[in-house]
Order: sequence, then C-alpha cells, then structure tokens
Amino acid sequence: MENALQVKDLCAWFGDHQVLKNITMDIRRNSVTSVMGPSGCGKSTFIRCLNRMHDLTPGFRVAGDVLFDGRNIYSEKIDPVLLRRKVGMVFQQPNPFPRMSAFENVAVGLKFNGKKRSRAEMAETVEKSLRMAALWDELKDHLGRPGSSLSGGQQQRLCIARALAVEPEVLLMDEPCSALDPMSTAKIEELIEDLSDKYTIVVVTHNMQQAGRISDYVAFFLLGDLIEMDKAAKIFTNPADKRTEEYITGRFG
Amino acid sequence: MESIAFRRRAADRVTRGLFALSAFVVILPLFLIFFDLLWKGARELKWTLLTDLPHPVGEPGGGIANGILGTLSIAGLAMAGGIPMAVMAGIYLAEYGRGKFASAVRFAVDTLTGVPSIIMGIFGYVLWVLPMKRFSAWAAAASLAMIFIPIVVRTTEEMLKTVPASVREAALALGIERWKTTLFITVRTATAGIVTGILLAMARIIGETAPLLFTALGNQFWQSGLDQPIAAIPLQVFNYAISPYDDWHDKAWAGALVLIGMVLAISGGARYFTRVRK
Ligand SMILES: Nc1ncnc2c1ncn2[C@@H]1O[C@H](COP(=O)(O)OP(=O)(O)OP(=O)(O)O)[C@@H](O)[C@H]1O
Ligand SMILES: [Mg+2]
Repeated sequence: MENALQVKDLCAWFGDHQVLKNITMDIRRNSVTSVMGPSGCGKSTFIRCLNRMHDLTPGFRVAGDVLFDGRNIYSEKIDPVLLRRKVGMVFQQPNPFPRMSAFENVAVGLKFNGKKRSRAEMAETVEKSLRMAALWDELKDHLGRPGSSLSGGQQQRLCIARALAVEPEVLLMDEPCSALDPMSTAKIEELIEDLSDKYTIVVVTHNMQQAGRISDYVAFFLLGDLIEMDKAAKIFTNPADKRTEEYITGRFG
Repeated sequence: MESIAFRRRAADRVTRGLFALSAFVVILPLFLIFFDLLWKGARELKWTLLTDLPHPVGEPGGGIANGILGTLSIAGLAMAGGIPMAVMAGIYLAEYGRGKFASAVRFAVDTLTGVPSIIMGIFGYVLWVLPMKRFSAWAAAASLAMIFIPIVVRTTEEMLKTVPASVREAALALGIERWKTTLFITVRTATAGIVTGILLAMARIIGETAPLLFTALGNQFWQSGLDQPIAAIPLQVFNYAISPYDDWHDKAWAGALVLIGMVLAISGGARYFTRVRK
C-alpha cells in the first residue's frame, strides 16, 4: 500500500470546542509531509490524533477514521500501546528522561516493550539508533552522561534516536526544531531527509523555508480545516487556494 | 525626584531588613535548643551513654542503649509497614486520582496529618494494647505509622506532580504501558524527592513521645521481643526529666541531645537527597 496513514473525516473536540473539522488526507509511505498553518489552527492536535496521544486528555473526543495499514486506529480492537510503537513521536521541547543516561534513554523503549533482549543486542540497537540520529560520533564516548546534560540540539537528536530504537514505521514530529539554534536545525533537517527513505514522517513546522527544504507534501490548516494538501513544489509555487497563498507569502498568519 | 528615589530605596531596605529579621527569629530556637542541650547534656555525654543499659537510682553511670535500639526498632517497623502503603497511595493520588474518591482520600489524609499524636497513641492502645493485653513494640509502631503514613502519602503525591507532563508523554509515545511508565519512569524521576519526604517524616516520628506512653510503655532492659514493652529514647528522656534526681536530669539532657542528633542526621540526609534532585 502506498499510503501509510489515511485520515477520513476526522473531527476533534476539547469539551465543546471543535478543533478539527472533517480532515481527510492520505499520508504517503516513506515521504515527508509537513503540516503548516497559523498558531492555534490545530496542527498539534492533528498529529497527536495519529498515535492517540490524546487518549488521556480529559474531555477530548474524536470522530472519523484514521487508518494505519488499512485498520482504523480508533477501533476497539487496536491497542494504543502497540500502535504507538509503530507510530512514534518527537516533541517540540526536547524531553529526554531526566534521571537516565544517554544510553538508557535510547534503550528505554526496548527495555519495557516486553521482548527479552541480551545486553549485546541492546547495545547494538542503541548504536544503530544513535547513528541514524547522527549522534553516535559525538556521543559514543559519553553514553553514560545524563541525557539532560547534553546540548538542546543533542537532546533533540537523542529523542529522535529514542523514538527510532523501537523501530516505528511512522515518525510524528511536532515543531522539532523550534527550540534549537540554526546549526542544530540544519542537522535535524538533514536527518529528516535521510530518514524519509525508510520512515514515513509527518512534521509540524512554522518555518516556510524549512517546509520547502524537507517536505514532499505540504498540508495547510486554517482554524481546524484542511485548506489544501499537495506536493510541496505545487503548494509553494502555485497553491490552489488563495488563503494558502496569502499564508506562504506572509500576508497573514 | 531625588527624594522619591531616596524614599523608595529606604522602603526597600526596611522591608528587606524585616524579612531578614524574621528569618533570623525563625532559626533562633533551633540554635538555642541545640546549645542549651549541648551545655547541659555534655556532662553525661559519654560513650557508655550509647552502650549501657540504664542503672537504678543512685547508681552512677548507665546509658540509654536499649532506648536507642528501641527507638530504631519502632521507627523501623513503622517505616517497613508504612512506606509501601504510603508511597503506593501517593502514586494513586498523583497519577490516577482525579475522581471523588481521590479527593475524599486527600481530605482524609490531610485531616489525619493534623490529628494530635496523643490521639494516635490512644488509638493504638485501644486497637492493639487492650485486645493483646500487653504493651508492645508492634502497638507503638502502628501508632507511629499512622503519623508517618499521611505525611509520606502527601509528599509522594507532591513530588510526583513535579515530574513534568512531558516525561509521561515521552514514555507514552514510546509505547510503554501506563503502569510501567508510572512505576519505572515517573517514580524513578521523583525518587530523590520521595526519599526526602520519607526521611523528613522519619525525623518527625523518631521524637514522638505521647503515642509511645500508651503503646510502648518503656523498659529498663534489653527488649526480649517485639510483642513486649519496649524502651525508647523519648520515653527515657520523659521519665528522667520528671524524676526528682539531679543525675537523672543530666541524663534527660543527654538523651535529648542524642535524639536531636539523630533528627539532625536524618534532616541532613534529606538535604542531601534534595540536592541530588536538582
Ligand atoms: N489540552 C487542551 N485542552 C483544551 N483545548 C486545547 C488543548 N490543546 C489544544 N487546545 C485548543 O485547540 C486548538 C488547537 O490547538 P493546537 O495546539 O492543536 O494548535 P497548533 O496549530 O499546534 O498551534 P501552535 O502552532 O501554536 O502550536 C487551540 O484553540 C487550543 O486552545
Ligand atoms: Mg502546536
């Protein structure tokens, strides 16, 4: 199947406040899809619907379908815990586990997901994940350092490595660079491009240039509606909707 | 203009002075108590105080070794029983406690924290000493546990609430089950704070006297079992202090000094763990 995720008529509410209105979109496998739009339009809410991160939020409600590998993730038969191992997430603020070493941070998902692994297998996976997150060379001699003692950019890459270690198919990233300096941002962008060979990536960003550089597809949200979604080149050169054009040319938002 | 700036600076200095003075007055009693104890207890503060049994009236020397052991056993029992229960209840309140039941528990725990300790003693007496027909270490430990548990429940809850939501979210997003997240990640993140709370509660129960009067009773000898009356430092201090003999008064001071020393050591440990947390 060429779509990793299919979203159909997704609506979401916090209490009485409807935040997402009939969102329908297909997310192509092994591609980078950027979600853009002004602050408060529901981007974070949307991507958190894709791995059921809202399950514990009191008053939150969804309607509609999100199909992952053809199955609705909101059906009763789906275990959200197993879903999240397949659909991982990286947050806006780097959030390594405070009282764990860098190594433990990366290993933690494996350690608690039930399958027994030897020490050597664990170390191998940690190395592989850190390499994928372009952090191995910087960190290989300091794996025992507390995760929270790394620089912001390193912490974010550590969080990416941590997410990759459980071998997800989809990686959701909510403004992963907004707390980082330009150098770290460039590193993470490069990383996203590399990872898109093997992973489906959905990334929320406010940064036009960034979206232009990294994405294959762009979805533009406004006040809870999906205004349009298309190939990145098309959105940036010839958007179908006037509001998209106004947003990307900086005339509002 | 200048006079306004001057007035503002003066006001600033006066308020700051007041705050500093209050802070000084707050710590003053600790120093007064400590130096007074050192002064009066020093005479009896010998090695034998820590190693010997009490001697009968008129016989010089003797110590409070059985009281030290008794206090440690009672507190140890109270903590061995109290810590698991209190920490688990604290976890419940912090991680799952949203409904009416949880607010009822919270209210009850807060009330329990405020119950005078002598009532816990009477409670231990009625519930344990009377049915068993004897004073015992068990009864004393149960009374102290009732003081210890509510404190630890609440500090555990508070400490877990200081763990940022982003930590729980990160674990959730990795596909780690909720119970494992709670036990192995959230609690682990807050461990230093929880231990601090436990130590402070321990410091609190170690010096409790009133509940022991009704439950431990006291004992002049080494304890022969936990189902027997048991000695404790606060009881010995109490008995020495109300006696009419001068050398016993000196021993009361020395015993009090040992007790304060223990509390200081525990508080110091708590400070250490607070620092680890940062
Ligand atoms: N936990 C919550 N409870 C109630 N309302 C919420 C909650 N989270 C978000 N909202 C509301 O949902 C709407 C969409 O929020 P969301 O965080 O998805 O926006 P966003 O597009 O990610 O914005 P930003 O670019 O600022 O991150 C906002 O009006 C917000 O107030
Ligand atoms: Mg957001």
